[in-house]
Amino acid sequence: MRRSDDHREPPQVYGSNQIELAWTVIPVLIVVMLFLATARVIAQVQDADRSPDSIDVTAIGHQFWWEFRYPGLGVVTANELHIPVSDSVSPTPTFLKLLSADTDHSFWVPRLAGKTDLIPNRVNQMWIDPHHTGLYLGQCAQYCGTQHALMLLRVYVDSRSDFDAWVRSQSRSAVAVALTNADAAKGREIFEATSCINCHTVRGTVADGRFGPDLTHLMSREEIAAGAATNTPANLKLWIEDPDAIKPGSLMPAMRLTEQDLNSLTAYMETLR
Amino acid sequence: MASETLAIAPTGLSTRSLAERLHEWAVTVDHKRLGILYIGYALVFLVIGGVEATIMRVQLAVPNNHFVSPQVFNRMFTMHGTTMIFFVAMPILFGFSNYTVPLMIGARDMAFPRLNAWGFWMSALGGIILYFSFIGGFGLYGAGSAPDVGWFAYAPLTSPAFSVGHSTDYWIVGLLVSGFGSIATALNVMTTILCMRCPGMKLGRMPLFVWMNTVMAGLVLVAIGPLTAAQLMLLIDRYLGGHFFDTQAGGSAVIWMHFFWIFGHPEVYILVLPAFAIVSEVIPVFSRKPIFGYSIMVAATVSIGFISLGVWAHHMFTVGMTSYANAFFVASTAAIAVPTGIKIFNWVGTMWGGKIIYKTPMLFCVAFLCQFLIAGLTGIMLATAPFDWQLGNSYFVVAHFHYVILGGIVMAVFAGSYYWYPKVLGKMMNETLGKWHFWLFVIGFHLTFDFMHVPGLLGMPRRVYTYEASRGWEIWNLIVSIGVIFQIIGILLWVADVIWSYYKGEIAGNDPWDAWTLEWHTTSPPPEYNYAEIPVIRSRRPLWDLKHPEDPDWKYE
Repeated sequence: MRRSDDHREPPQVYGSNQIELAWTVIPVLIVVMLFLATARVIAQVQDADRSPDSIDVTAIGHQFWWEFRYPGLGVVTANELHIPVSDSVSPTPTFLKLLSADTDHSFWVPRLAGKTDLIPNRVNQMWIDPHHTGLYLGQCAQYCGTQHALMLLRVYVDSRSDFDAWVRSQSRSAVAVALTNADAAKGREIFEATSCINCHTVRGTVADGRFGPDLTHLMSREEIAAGAATNTPANLKLWIEDPDAIKPGSLMPAMRLTEQDLNSLTAYMETLR
Repeated sequence: MASETLAIAPTGLSTRSLAERLHEWAVTVDHKRLGILYIGYALVFLVIGGVEATIMRVQLAVPNNHFVSPQVFNRMFTMHGTTMIFFVAMPILFGFSNYTVPLMIGARDMAFPRLNAWGFWMSALGGIILYFSFIGGFGLYGAGSAPDVGWFAYAPLTSPAFSVGHSTDYWIVGLLVSGFGSIATALNVMTTILCMRCPGMKLGRMPLFVWMNTVMAGLVLVAIGPLTAAQLMLLIDRYLGGHFFDTQAGGSAVIWMHFFWIFGHPEVYILVLPAFAIVSEVIPVFSRKPIFGYSIMVAATVSIGFISLGVWAHHMFTVGMTSYANAFFVASTAAIAVPTGIKIFNWVGTMWGGKIIYKTPMLFCVAFLCQFLIAGLTGIMLATAPFDWQLGNSYFVVAHFHYVILGGIVMAVFAGSYYWYPKVLGKMMNETLGKWHFWLFVIGFHLTFDFMHVPGLLGMPRRVYTYEASRGWEIWNLIVSIGVIFQIIGILLWVADVIWSYYKGEIAGNDPWDAWTLEWHTTSPPPEYNYAEIPVIRSRRPLWDLKHPEDPDWKYE
């Protein structure tokens, strides 16, 4: 340090090794603490033990919807994930195996867990352990193409009895549902005679496409088009007629049916409970 | 002769035609003209990138908006990101570097003037190729034009199966070509600094501006290579049947991420080091004190350069790396906070006990300090992987990196523009307009980017063209969009100040700020050859020595 003879200028200070040392060492200590705390949490999350009561779900990302398969339970559904509530006494966490059928996606339900990406040619996994029942909203968090924004995700955390009942109803095939309604029977004929079955599965019928969501229990879901619209007959009809009206850029083609055929097809969809 | 050849000088232009003057600019190899070309070119793209940002903010101002289609929105964020990084931030900082470095080290030009011109025109060509996609490309589903794969263009969205048409090819080739330009410029800056310093300018006497640009140039040389390689591999995938990133044929999407981010994270420091460089010149002059802890600042800069090469996968905490890999990148990323913190402490140490003069350049530096500090703190939050699992790819991240780029880098660029304008054009910029620019822009910045953190915390992912009303995001998005209006007015006032001062500004003289580095020793604007006589220096502040012969710096170094 020195004092300038020029009184217009303040004292000219060049630095101080002690001060530099202080503001180097203290941040280093903070960083070390932060690292140790972070490393512990990383290990707790990523290297957690699997409890024997855990539920396994395979989540497959598609442009622009979610496929959920429950190996062992015989359930396949889309966009709306049902899992049982867990508690600290007898934990039943859900382990998700994450795959992608096309581009990168990311599974993010902010109130349940951080996100993990779904990447083609790669198997990722994450787990969630919710302690409260209810509906948890999420959506795709990795840009995956035109309709990334409307690739929404709903997780229903059910009580154990509700979850078991849901599994029972979902694991049934559609043949069990009697087609009492002539209109719906006509709709089924249209469904099975057009390109619908190239992409969609209705278990127990000839429809076994894998490109689009499984429709066996379509009416058990609250939303269609991965959350772009509520599941009402009017929306279903519009979705079949002109998907771009609900979700521009979705990969569902417009079916170009007559008004009468549209009504029949919608009636058939409404029987898929 | 000297002043006649400066086409920018407002007087004495009588005889040469416009075509002749344009031709002079097109064929120039003068580092000062190329610097101005870089900056002018960046400003054109700043306007374009700003329009793209504005379109996005109009779309997101209210939920379920139909201002633009998802296809257009996706092109807007892809082009906004690519433009702002590669065709605004890089060229504008290269412009500062080109103009100022030779003057600061007492050189008459860059080491390779022709390579310098080649670098600029390659960068310019890259931008033109990218934007030609609006005419020549077709986006997803054959419906569109500009690239729509996001600025980091994750595989396999860029593969021919998901990106039909040529929009992605324009993106690849545009960046490839501008990357060659960047490498040429970095090589030139590095060589100039190592070989062209005036007598007496040892490495330890170089202004910090020059030191920081040295490290920037080193990072460009290391980091652009992987990007170039990745772009070539992608082109091979798209045209020659390669399968590097083609997941349908066994390629790896994750390897693209590694290639991109091993470029992408050093890139952040390629941009922020020249911003640090500007701030490190302005703060001492406007505090009337030398930089606090010069040698520690140099050491911190060099260590930032090295550490920044080992942090890239903190962009990839959610891709399913092992817990050990995640922990490593947490450690390296948090470690970079130490040298960065040292810098902030030293800038504050420089101001401490100084006679601070709050002219416009200094105002922007003070804003830089506050905002860059917050950007650094959210950066440390995101560096802790579990936090990133929650908020990575959300609007929290968008707010964080705009805090770095706008709150840090752009503020420094504004400071630098007010600081060196008198040197470049020989006129002072208007202080009143400058202060209006400062306050409006800072208010707009904080309205937009402070509030942008909130929807991220509430679960709003980035890159969505619309959102539902029920998620509690709407009020925050509205405030964010309103902030844009203030920023636009601020930028317009800046442009107005630049133009008005060119015609009506006060004559600056050689050294309007009573500064200490060599560039203020020559005339404003400097002659084509910079210095009639190569200066000889004896300390880090040669002009202080000249002004205070009774108490020179060299006695104390």
